[in-house]
Amino acid sequence: MSAPALEAPARARRRTPRRTWIALGVLALFVLAGLLGPVLHPYDAVATDLPSRLLPPGSRTEDGSLAWLGTDQLGRDLLANVLAGSRVSLVVGLATVVLGGAAGLLVGLVSGYFGGWPDAVLSRIGDVQLAFPSILLAILLAGVLGPSLTNIVITLAVTRWVIFARVVRASALSARELEYVNSARLLGAGHLRILLRHVLPSCWQPLLVAGTVQVGLTMVAEASLSFLGLGVPVDEASWGATVSLGRDYLGSAWWISTVPALALALVVLCVGAVGDAFRDASDPRAQL
Amino acid sequence: MTTAHESPAAEVRDLHIAFGSGRDGTDVVRGVSLALHRGRVLALVGESGSGKSLTSLAFMGLLPAGARVASGSVRVEGADTGEFTPRQWRAVRGTRIAMVFQDPASALNPAFTVGWQIAEPFRRRLGDSRARAREKAVALMETVGIPEPERRYHAHPHEFSGGMRQRAVVAMALALEPAVLLADEPTTALDVTVQAQILRLLAERQRAAGLAMLLVSHDLGVVARLAQEVAVVYAGRIVEQGDLDTVYAAPAHPYTRGLMDAVPEAAAGEPRLRSIAGHPPDPGRVPDGCAFHPRCAFATARCTTERPLLRTLADGRRAACHHAESVLAGTAPGGPYGGSDL
Amino acid sequence: MTRFLLRRTGQALIVAWGAISLVFVIVRVVPGDPAALILGPDASPAQTASVRADFGLDRPLAQQYVTHLGEVVRGDFGDSWRLGGSAMANTLDRYPATLTLAVLALVLTLAVGFPLGMACARRAGGVLDACVSALSLVGQALPSFWVGIVLILLFARGLNWLPSTAGSGLASAVLPAVTLAVPFVGWLARLVRNGALEEGGREYVRTARAKGTGEGVLQYVHVGRNIAVPVVTVLGLLLGNFVANAVIVEVVFSWPGIGSLMVDAITNRDYAVVEAAIVTITVTYIVLNLLVDALYFALDPRLTPENA
Repeated sequence: MSAPALEAPARARRRTPRRTWIALGVLALFVLAGLLGPVLHPYDAVATDLPSRLLPPGSRTEDGSLAWLGTDQLGRDLLANVLAGSRVSLVVGLATVVLGGAAGLLVGLVSGYFGGWPDAVLSRIGDVQLAFPSILLAILLAGVLGPSLTNIVITLAVTRWVIFARVVRASALSARELEYVNSARLLGAGHLRILLRHVLPSCWQPLLVAGTVQVGLTMVAEASLSFLGLGVPVDEASWGATVSLGRDYLGSAWWISTVPALALALVVLCVGAVGDAFRDASDPRAQL
Repeated sequence: MTTAHESPAAEVRDLHIAFGSGRDGTDVVRGVSLALHRGRVLALVGESGSGKSLTSLAFMGLLPAGARVASGSVRVEGADTGEFTPRQWRAVRGTRIAMVFQDPASALNPAFTVGWQIAEPFRRRLGDSRARAREKAVALMETVGIPEPERRYHAHPHEFSGGMRQRAVVAMALALEPAVLLADEPTTALDVTVQAQILRLLAERQRAAGLAMLLVSHDLGVVARLAQEVAVVYAGRIVEQGDLDTVYAAPAHPYTRGLMDAVPEAAAGEPRLRSIAGHPPDPGRVPDGCAFHPRCAFATARCTTERPLLRTLADGRRAACHHAESVLAGTAPGGPYGGSDL
Repeated sequence: MTRFLLRRTGQALIVAWGAISLVFVIVRVVPGDPAALILGPDASPAQTASVRADFGLDRPLAQQYVTHLGEVVRGDFGDSWRLGGSAMANTLDRYPATLTLAVLALVLTLAVGFPLGMACARRAGGVLDACVSALSLVGQALPSFWVGIVLILLFARGLNWLPSTAGSGLASAVLPAVTLAVPFVGWLARLVRNGALEEGGREYVRTARAKGTGEGVLQYVHVGRNIAVPVVTVLGLLLGNFVANAVIVEVVFSWPGIGSLMVDAITNRDYAVVEAAIVTITVTYIVLNLLVDALYFALDPRLTPENA
């Protein structure tokens, strides 16, 4: 761990690159779309409008409204679909990271601060899980639990907690060895007090960096599961599911698969850029 | 100083080496001229940072990234290397001019056997067959004193001792029978006991092949064992140059004298270990006048303003000091440390 | 060295045991009643009872677990109710197809990524370098199922160069393999580039240059050999990843490998096949990691088990 005193001037000297600002802007738009989109431009999974099916982007539908991104095979507006999908993506990404992060934080703190046999056991469990391809675990769990938003979040959190636990454990381990933590212990401070006052603060930053990166990966994972039909239920819009449905219409209506996939790629790319900026900001060595 | 009757095997003329480019560039080597002659060893002596290693690398066209020859010329066997294409440089390296580096531990590739690395030039440059190259490499390893070369051919560098590694580096340098050998601090990284062996090997190979050799060193003892001629550099300039015996017997430049005084002479009985006060200047902030004047016991007001040129003294050597005669006579012009006119 | 590898093998066995146990817990414990899971919601009590008896679900969990472990060690995961025959046989039937895909993807990644990285290192900071670094970011952000779809659209439907589904030999493996490779080509190129830049500053490179060695030989032989260790390590991990990631790509291309078998089995509640497929892929993954450890020694002469 680098001392905060050393970090501060390094951070002050650096300018946030333009790329990061653009990425943040795109993400803000995406969050707004997720929050407001389904309200302003609602998506109805059941409604069908067969005369307006498979219209290319920019067409007029039967009822005269403009389909900016075209329509799907049942005549539903793709823009509404993508907006609704962004909400699912956002919810799943954030909820998973919060849930997995909380579990990882707890395990990592116990593991790193107390050490001993709990650490040994928890670390071995982590090893086993990391040796297990996470996509398989996700498919298996999602398949067993059945499609629902909650189950997706649980499934993905189960596949991610180890990563958070590793990060927190490393921070807790180094915080435990710090001089002032030692003296606090000698002065008779209880474990809980030391954990909350001294160890926990040093874990936030690495956890946040890991969390940012994982939000993007989780969104891809959700889309992948939905693509396989193991994700959100059919009456919810999901980018992955929409891509999957559009597969049968590749020749005639390429936009059905392409639009949600591009939205996903863009968001993941921006999350990645913001994650990089976070990492650089918290680790002055990274930019040397 | 001996005058050369034949043209030098390699030479630099008024060489300037700069780091950085344009106005921001800092000259690290500022006008060095050296000529290497067949069968002779010229020693380039100075503290670290004086530019001596850069000068030797310039002979090979191997200046590190960021450094460049700003002006002056480098000639190898009469050819001006300033015009060289990368291909021409490659053709010269190893065959005409070769180099022994300071640290044999990092100079050898850790991933290949020593034998492979010695045989590589034979295979790639001469087009020898694998078997032929191997045969030659083993013979060469024998020549440089690596025992059991057949067996050691297959060893990796980490299995060699420091001395053996340096022998391997020497073997690689000599593989294509170059006319010029550059040795950059060839014994500095080695144990004291091994240093003498490597020096003996270098001397022997140099004499046997009639090599023109440049020995870069900060160690006057090492220089004395190999060189016939010595050039002392300070802050990127030659301050004294001449026959080894002449210079060693009585230095004409205060800096040379300081270096000599700094050599521990166990045999002399008296502890004569004195270091020169102060530090060599930063390349970007070399003092006006004589670069050495802030550290010099002979310095006068003139030394602070007027840079002394390298001039030939009565005994044939050259020195860049306004007070060279006084230094030789052992009398300070204005008394020790300063001078009345300062 | 033998001792080191024995220790790693021991660790690998523990991990494999852990993975098998994890699958057991997920399939038999998480859903409450596995029989209901297998039969779906509309089963009659009689059906449920018969399934419970068939799978030994009426016995205590611990006993089920021990029996299960014994069967797994013998490669016996039970029969597939949907496909007939043993689940393991069905899985192994599909194994070569998945492996073909993974190996082809690996070859592609290496064949493109390595020279690309070297070229970037030669002109670090140049146009190519910047492009590759941007493309590697984008490549990793694109979801693989969509990359597959785009490739089908372009090369199978549009240009009609390559088949989009299995059945035409190695040609039909090209598009799925490219799909697998896309996220990792730029990533490997970056790895090679950074390694080559770091190694390029070392003194042995200068020594080789002083011998008159050409820049190509310098990069690919002298430097290349030194970055081989990290590259081989990630190649082993990549192959493992490809085998696992093949699941989605196989579905996109209807490729008859373990992955598509497993997704089919999951949607059809054919849990014997699911378990066999997962254990097979996981064991492949673990064995590959073990092989990488062994390759370490072969590639880096300095490495002895003591300092490994």
